[in-house]
Amino acid sequence: MDVLEIIKPENQVFCKTKLMTDATLSYCPGCGHGTVHNLTIEVIDEMAIAEDTIGVAPVGCSVLAYDFMNIDMTQAAHGRAPAIATAISRLWPNKYVFTYQGDGDLAAIGTAETLHACNRGENIVVIFVNNGIYGMTGGQMAPTTLCGMRTSTSPYGREIENMGSPLKITELVANLPGVFYATRQSVHTHKHARKAKKAIRKAFENTRLNKGVSFVEIVSNCNSGWKMTPLESNQWMVDNMFPIFPLGDIKVDAKLKKS
Amino acid sequence: MSELKLMKGNEALAEAAIRAGVDAYFGYPITPQSEVIEHLMAERPEERTGMVVLQAESEIAAINMVYGAASTGKKAMTSSSSPGISLKLEGISYLAGAELPAVIVNVVRGGPGLGTIQPSQADYFQSVKGGGHGDFKLYVLAPASVQEMSDFVEDAFDIAFKYRAPVLILSDGLIGQMMEKVHLKDQQKRMTDEEVIEKYGSWAVTGKTDRERNIITSLDLDPEKMEVRVYKLLKKYDQMEKEDLRYEKISCDDAEYLFVAYGSSARIAQKAVSLARKKGIKAGLLRPITLFPYPKHQLFELADQVKGILSVELNTGQMVEDVQLAVQHKVPVEHFGRTGGIIHTPEEVLEALEDKVIINGCIGNHKTRESSIL
Ligand SMILES: Cc1ncc(C[n+]2csc(CCOP(=O)(O)OP(=O)(O)O)c2C)c(N)n1
Repeated sequence: MDVLEIIKPENQVFCKTKLMTDATLSYCPGCGHGTVHNLTIEVIDEMAIAEDTIGVAPVGCSVLAYDFMNIDMTQAAHGRAPAIATAISRLWPNKYVFTYQGDGDLAAIGTAETLHACNRGENIVVIFVNNGIYGMTGGQMAPTTLCGMRTSTSPYGREIENMGSPLKITELVANLPGVFYATRQSVHTHKHARKAKKAIRKAFENTRLNKGVSFVEIVSNCNSGWKMTPLESNQWMVDNMFPIFPLGDIKVDAKLKKS
Repeated sequence: MSELKLMKGNEALAEAAIRAGVDAYFGYPITPQSEVIEHLMAERPEERTGMVVLQAESEIAAINMVYGAASTGKKAMTSSSSPGISLKLEGISYLAGAELPAVIVNVVRGGPGLGTIQPSQADYFQSVKGGGHGDFKLYVLAPASVQEMSDFVEDAFDIAFKYRAPVLILSDGLIGQMMEKVHLKDQQKRMTDEEVIEKYGSWAVTGKTDRERNIITSLDLDPEKMEVRVYKLLKKYDQMEKEDLRYEKISCDDAEYLFVAYGSSARIAQKAVSLARKKGIKAGLLRPITLFPYPKHQLFELADQVKGILSVELNTGQMVEDVQLAVQHKVPVEHFGRTGGIIHTPEEVLEALEDKVIINGCIGNHKTRESSIL
């Protein structure tokens, strides 16, 4: 069969989501951010809620999320997205408000805002991309960096004694009554991406039902920051990140899952 | 129609916010301004007007909530006192950069550091020279009475929305804590969601309909574009200087000596003017009501008329630099102020005028800064 025949629109299994803009993604090839963007925007598109959705972009690699998502968005100061989302959701109580944040943003500088938005049970979705590193600033240690992992600010590996252990913030916030749903997913295979999309969908459905915080962590690679090829980085993630950050639901319908 | 009440400055400001139809207040307790959030919480504004009032986890969270609320096109404000304002500065810079309208209130206390909870005007530099990072300014209103604490809320929002820029109400512990009569305005309706979308839907995040998407951001990685952004802000500040400068002249017509003072110091300096006149000294007072824009042309002109100027401030000498800049060495300019939470008396202020300006100033024998403080 001719190639042009094969790539006819009706044969396409994966195509660009309508709600993504035509701007070229600024992410490194192989990085999970682009996939998470796509899944988020697909959910918004499929739920037909674009007119009623406001996103909050962080400081981090995904600072330019607003360039790619064709919806109204506010760009936040580093770590403050949950505070900003709190206000937007209080002032537009019928809208879907989500933050999109990295691990440095959400679990280091913004820990207080994260915890308190969760504790108040703001009716928002938090999409949390955990790549174990500060991607944007060139690969420094994050609160989620694994023990022994080398980064530009832990060049001999993260030492627990004086740098602390990887922070499992999703487990932490899951204990707060304001959090209705907490889950950890990944997007490194189609199968995982489909599961992650379901989780994101569930999170937005929760907002519709006014349930409080839905917290979706996506464990992702950072092939540039980890100084690996995309394939190597995904394997490294499976071998090293997943044991510390195991995938699966942590809290569903306000009930903690026993692990 | 208005209602006459006896209130603290902080309470009058909070009540005015409800009556002006403000949509949201976010704050964190700190003396001497906690009455603002206390009054708001006690008044159940969510029932009176639907106003959102939230005690945030920190000043940082509060200013970012203001940023979020302002990005929806609604009227949002916060208040704090000096250490809390220092924490808010990153957020204030973001508000300026993202061109968001919002009102911030600083009921100043003495510093640096934890300092004191007593009144002070030591945050002048922080307020008018930008404070936060980057090329920006705040429109700064300085109330000198409980009435102005009330009136300036609406004025501040008018300016904030006229320019899509953050506005600072620079008060202090004296004006915030003292009780005076205040005429409160009638309740205004909050704008409906439809009205907000109609009026501000061209830029605010209201949900993308068939229009282009709206993005609130202060980021531009392209230097050429970033420079354009900064110049756009500069144009607003130029326009503020042309259209929205505010000041008050008291007994200036025949004045030979001039006090320059704002806020609580202006109240004290006004008393010093009458004490001076009783003694036969023709003193006047220029009270800047806006600290940016600053009445520099008015000062430049007054300098042709008076023999010397005393800048009266509750600090060790901050606004005096702007007075000197405006006067351009035409006449001697001196500073007098108590600090650390001490409030100068009118008698002290008059004595300082006599010592530093009338006697020494005119023969060019300026005292050193240290001796000018005490
Ligand atoms: C107040 C402040 N501190 C520091 C920075 C610098 N900075 C920008 S992005 C970033 C880390 C982002 O890492 P993460 O949240 O993990 O997101 P990623 O880039 O990995 O997606 C830092 C420290 C900043 N912009 N603002």
